Amino acid sequence: MKRYSAFAIFREALRQHQGWTEAWPSPEPRDRYDVVIVGAGGHGLATAYYLGKNHGITNVAVIDKGWLGGGNTGRNTTIIRSNYLQDPSAAIYEKSRSLYETLSQDLNYNIMFSPRGVMMLAQTEHEKRGYLRTERANALQGVDTRFIGPAEVKKLVPIINLDGPRYPVLGALWQARAGTARHDAVAWGYARACSAMGMHVIEQCAVTGVESAGGQVTAVNTTRGTIGCGKLGIVVAGHSGKLADMAGFRLPVESVALQALVSEPIKPCIDVVVMANTVHGYMSQSDKGEMVIGGGADGYNNYTQRGSWHHIEETVRALCETFPMISRLKMLRQWGGIVDMTGDRSPIISKTPLEGCFINCGWGTGGFKAIPGSGWAMAELMAKGNAPLADAFSMYRFREGRFIDESVAAGVAH
Amino acid sequence: MSRRLASGGRLIDRARPLKFTFNDQHMSGFAGDTLASAMLGRGQVLAGRSFKYHRPRGVVASGAEEPNALVGLGKGERFEPNQRTTTTELFDGLSATSQNHWPSLEFDLLAANNLVPQFLTAGFYYKTFLRPRAFWKHVYEPIIRRSAGLGRAPDAESRDPDRYELVYGFADVLVIGGGVAGLQAALAAGRAGARVMLWEQTAHWGGRAPVDGVEIDGQPADSWIKSAVEALEGMENVSLRLRCMGAGVHDHGYVLGNERVADHLPGASGPRQRLWRVRADRVITATGAIERPLSFAGNDLPGVMLASAVRDYVVNWAVSPGRTVVVTNNDDAYRTAIALKEAGEDVPVIADARDEATGALPQKARDLGIRIMTGTGVQKVKGGKTVTGVALCRIDSDGSTHTEVLDCDAVAMSGGWSPVVHLWSHCGGKLIWDDAQAFFRPDPDRPPLGHDGAGFVACAGAASGALGAGDGLADAHAAGAAAARDTGATGDAGHPARAEAPEEAPLRQVWIMPARAGYALRMKMWLDFQNDVKVSDVQLAAREGYHSVEHTKRYTTLGMATDQGKLSNINGLAVLSDALDQPIPATGTTTFRPPYTPITLGAISGEAKGDLFQPLRRTPMHDWHAANGVHWEPVGQWRRPFAYLRAGEDVHQSVNREVLNARSNIGLLDASTLGKILVSGPDAGRFLDMLYTNMMSTLRPGKCRYGLMCNENGFLMDDGVVARLDEQSFLVHTTSGGADHIHGWMEDWLQCEWWDWKVHTVNLTEQFAQIAVVGPKARALLERLGGMDLSREALPFMGWAEGTLGGVRARVFRISFSGELSFEVAVPAAQGRAFWDMLLHQGRDLGVMPYGTEALHILRAEKGFIMIGDETDGTVIPQDLNLNWAISKKKDDFLGKRGMERVAMTDPDRWKLVGLETLDGSVLPHGALAVVEGVNANGQAQTEGRVTSSYYSATLGRGIAMALVRRGPDRMGEVLRFAGAHDARIEARIVDPVLHDKDGEKLHG
Repeated sequence: MKRYSAFAIFREALRQHQGWTEAWPSPEPRDRYDVVIVGAGGHGLATAYYLGKNHGITNVAVIDKGWLGGGNTGRNTTIIRSNYLQDPSAAIYEKSRSLYETLSQDLNYNIMFSPRGVMMLAQTEHEKRGYLRTERANALQGVDTRFIGPAEVKKLVPIINLDGPRYPVLGALWQARAGTARHDAVAWGYARACSAMGMHVIEQCAVTGVESAGGQVTAVNTTRGTIGCGKLGIVVAGHSGKLADMAGFRLPVESVALQALVSEPIKPCIDVVVMANTVHGYMSQSDKGEMVIGGGADGYNNYTQRGSWHHIEETVRALCETFPMISRLKMLRQWGGIVDMTGDRSPIISKTPLEGCFINCGWGTGGFKAIPGSGWAMAELMAKGNAPLADAFSMYRFREGRFIDESVAAGVAH
Repeated sequence: MSRRLASGGRLIDRARPLKFTFNDQHMSGFAGDTLASAMLGRGQVLAGRSFKYHRPRGVVASGAEEPNALVGLGKGERFEPNQRTTTTELFDGLSATSQNHWPSLEFDLLAANNLVPQFLTAGFYYKTFLRPRAFWKHVYEPIIRRSAGLGRAPDAESRDPDRYELVYGFADVLVIGGGVAGLQAALAAGRAGARVMLWEQTAHWGGRAPVDGVEIDGQPADSWIKSAVEALEGMENVSLRLRCMGAGVHDHGYVLGNERVADHLPGASGPRQRLWRVRADRVITATGAIERPLSFAGNDLPGVMLASAVRDYVVNWAVSPGRTVVVTNNDDAYRTAIALKEAGEDVPVIADARDEATGALPQKARDLGIRIMTGTGVQKVKGGKTVTGVALCRIDSDGSTHTEVLDCDAVAMSGGWSPVVHLWSHCGGKLIWDDAQAFFRPDPDRPPLGHDGAGFVACAGAASGALGAGDGLADAHAAGAAAARDTGATGDAGHPARAEAPEEAPLRQVWIMPARAGYALRMKMWLDFQNDVKVSDVQLAAREGYHSVEHTKRYTTLGMATDQGKLSNINGLAVLSDALDQPIPATGTTTFRPPYTPITLGAISGEAKGDLFQPLRRTPMHDWHAANGVHWEPVGQWRRPFAYLRAGEDVHQSVNREVLNARSNIGLLDASTLGKILVSGPDAGRFLDMLYTNMMSTLRPGKCRYGLMCNENGFLMDDGVVARLDEQSFLVHTTSGGADHIHGWMEDWLQCEWWDWKVHTVNLTEQFAQIAVVGPKARALLERLGGMDLSREALPFMGWAEGTLGGVRARVFRISFSGELSFEVAVPAAQGRAFWDMLLHQGRDLGVMPYGTEALHILRAEKGFIMIGDETDGTVIPQDLNLNWAISKKKDDFLGKRGMERVAMTDPDRWKLVGLETLDGSVLPHGALAVVEGVNANGQAQTEGRVTSSYYSATLGRGIAMALVRRGPDRMGEVLRFAGAHDARIEARIVDPVLHDKDGEKLHG
């Protein structure tokens, strides 16, 4: 792997950039690997990377039916935070956030982690109490959050309207070390680092079946032939149910469309990420200058990467109310992704009924922030058979009723 | 030098000059001008700066595809960044400012980027800015952010003063695009009798045909267009709309249109824009085609324009860019040379990449004396901030030598045309590559599919690949007639109009010019003018393994600018295909996403802003609260009194006063927001038995019962009192926040699962005003009103009665959420305020006093009653709250029964409800956690409980709290340590949560 640096750019500039090589080569699949990961999104690639880096397992292939990073890794709103309420969530998201802090240096690829701070607005008394509760939990979990008052909110976000006629801003849960990153670069950087360890990243290779013998996974059938494997990791987000079906088990997962949009780019005007959950919308500004906006998921299941228009209206309305100055900006592009939702809205990182087959899915609307931590935990689980970060996220928790539910606002006050 | 011609201009009215400013410079144009034509008419070629290198940028196109000429429009609260000058209609007093430069448009220091383009290649930022780590946040990113972005941000406190309107529409056939193809399709569908809507994004019908000099049915295009529009206007089943852009096609024929109602009429009354949401049975996109630029060195200089745009400026607005060299790979661009020549302008040469140019149009150009050089391309364009000349070379050469250098003011380029397939593609319509015409066009065999499995979008005219006017009209007629037929229209669609246009020779596929150009030229060939993506960048991306067209797009930012690649995408993917040595269809396109051109966020919001953002639900007593010191609390869409402040009080003092008064005299609570759902029918009891954990079917008329509702997983989601009205009717009370959700939940089960049960539900929440009359003197007050026997014997605890109180029809429920003697009185909403006033008036000497939601919370906490949302959070089962008594053991099934039998739910270690008493009497922080020694496997502090409710109790004179604690009820008297601020620990003893009137004497009193 050719190391990236300012000096390397300078040197290449002198020879018309002819010396750059492929960030990840596109090899033909071999007959067999120790580990095959299905899904070359952030989570799959991170799993492979930490298998190699932490556990010395490098005879690994990461295969994908399309182009790498083309699922939810490449279509999210890039928010990274770890201000979760429940202990298992806080543990894995905080691990993830801390890995993000040094990921550019680890991968030698600038993923542009921007610890600009994330705030979640409290706009009802009930929401405020919820965030105070989270603040207290975070303090014991080692997650650095703080409940701040309206004046501090306004100082951090000059364009916010504190006194909207409907939902005044009563304060916010503020995580200063949270932020954003360049989503595509996360996938590309991991792919490049995996390739540098000798792993194969194989695109345009769709899985059509899973083979097993004596309850143990042996191979995957793909559009590019059968590939043998010692262990199999399924990391395919919205299509997890289909892969699980091939592997012979069922998942408590539903797939729905989640949408996002960006505005045309403008000069910097908001330096932090703001999430307004009472009115359902969140917004940050990309380094290019676009307002990156996300909102709610569709209320019905489907696989189209589009979504219902009324969600866009609701989200934009909520944000125009929160940041009135955006009213005359224009929506440049809207898109959808398929998110895999579990019953408790928390992920699954788990062994499966098929020996040697592991699954990582169910990240729902918030998977991007978890990529490094998820890969770290999944790699440990696949390498060792157990991982403290993954323990609580077993798929069997639904059978046992051990939910990890982050939706603290199941009801509102009388 | 661009300038206004002395005559001509089919769209301008020279009798109506208009004044405007550009960068505070006063200029003028004519009615009918766009801002672009007016600026060019004034010789203002330089319009802005590019995104990355801050290169000078001038207008390149004449319509929605313009990537360069973006300006800030308007001032103050009406300021709007990134407006295309090419689609901005000129009006008197228009004020525009150029963007993305410092200190000025002419002299931009940030253009220094441009001095080192060899370092700022595609994706260079992924390879550097890595160290030191802290520099990304504090140094690199701020610099990058400041130099990126385009337009200025509106002021932080600016409030858009304009109105926007959302409307719904319905059509059998929606035709998008009002060029001759769109008009023809609408005529066919309209004549056949379908309900037709026709939208055109510009201010004029007819599209390109008049500019191209097409003759239709033996008459000039303009006159055919006029009669076609008149014919359509005469049809009652057809509606026409100018300035309405088809923005997006969504599933099931749901189409968005953005109508610019008053952008060109500042100060007009009515909305500024209107967002149409139309459900159409069939959609016809007659959206035309967009000309492609050619990739040659210096093709981004101001003065290099699309050939069709040059023609538009000359013919429509009588604006000439000056002495113009035409560069082409097809016949169509000859029309531009001819138009310029006929307008008296100098066209020194037409450089044609093809080996021969023998068609009718080249012949006409020759006849006009224009020199044609075949097999020729541009080596490079000369100039600094505008074009000063062009060097030509052999098309098949490496461009190291030129054949000729010519002075000129402008270059008109044409690389062929691409159908506008966006709307076709939004909802899954597929494309095929047409190699002869070198474009992707809609594949009619793979259209977007509607609910019935049939295609619901068709394309017409150039949008379907029929570039010539003759073919286009026939194609459009067929599309219109077919769409109408699909929707059941049976009328005669008539015949297509016939167009006469010269035969055109095939184009030559030319993706870079010259074909074998070296690196030095390729790094000056722009593909994406706004984002500064060049041929060399796409080639670098290919070399570095970003082989997917999506990777190349994202790595180089090709096509990600405000024009979304309308000019750059096809050229870019052709260059990528070449670099990967694969055919263009193997590369494919990126995904086309709505909107077609950007739409204002305000227009998406519509009227729903400020007070209208969400409906404000008001109880009948709302105005009384507002006039009596209320401190509001938003609860869902309701506004509820948190407390009523009296002079000199802070909120806490008010709350304490309200609590004490309810305990000693009478408190009044406006409980109107409480959900009230009527459930009736022969199966109503059976239905409620499934919904609630306890038995409701055995409740007798005249009685009330408290019940719990769980979701399928067994988690508590709502609670409340059910009153049986008669044999078949129950009145279900829900929490205020839960009313709508629970009603939806009921209907979900009734409609999807138990559809054959005879149950009817109605949400009556707003039909009644409900007032809780609470406190030891409550009965005395109600008896003063007279009309009902409310004695302990006549109306015992958990009973209800109907009658007349003080002359008002009322239902009185003997229930209590405070632990006091309490009556909840429901009266018709219209009489709520009068009844409230009556209570206040009659109870004055009894010490009657309203209380708010905070006092409500404290009163119930003193009594140990749970609150949904405080003691519950979606993870709590009734057993955790010691509510086992409310879980029926007799019923075979109810929602949540199986869920709460799972192993983790019956774990004795679950956290359960207890009361807490701090050792020092202080108030525990809300949400505080009880800590134990040690950490878990992930290094987190171990906890064994948390505070769910915590208040200062004025009744008891100290802090009270409820908490969920591991095995809590088994550990009475034990002292726990709760984490406070800054590592402080607060000690609290586990006690019974019921702190007030343990025996219930007051309640039953």
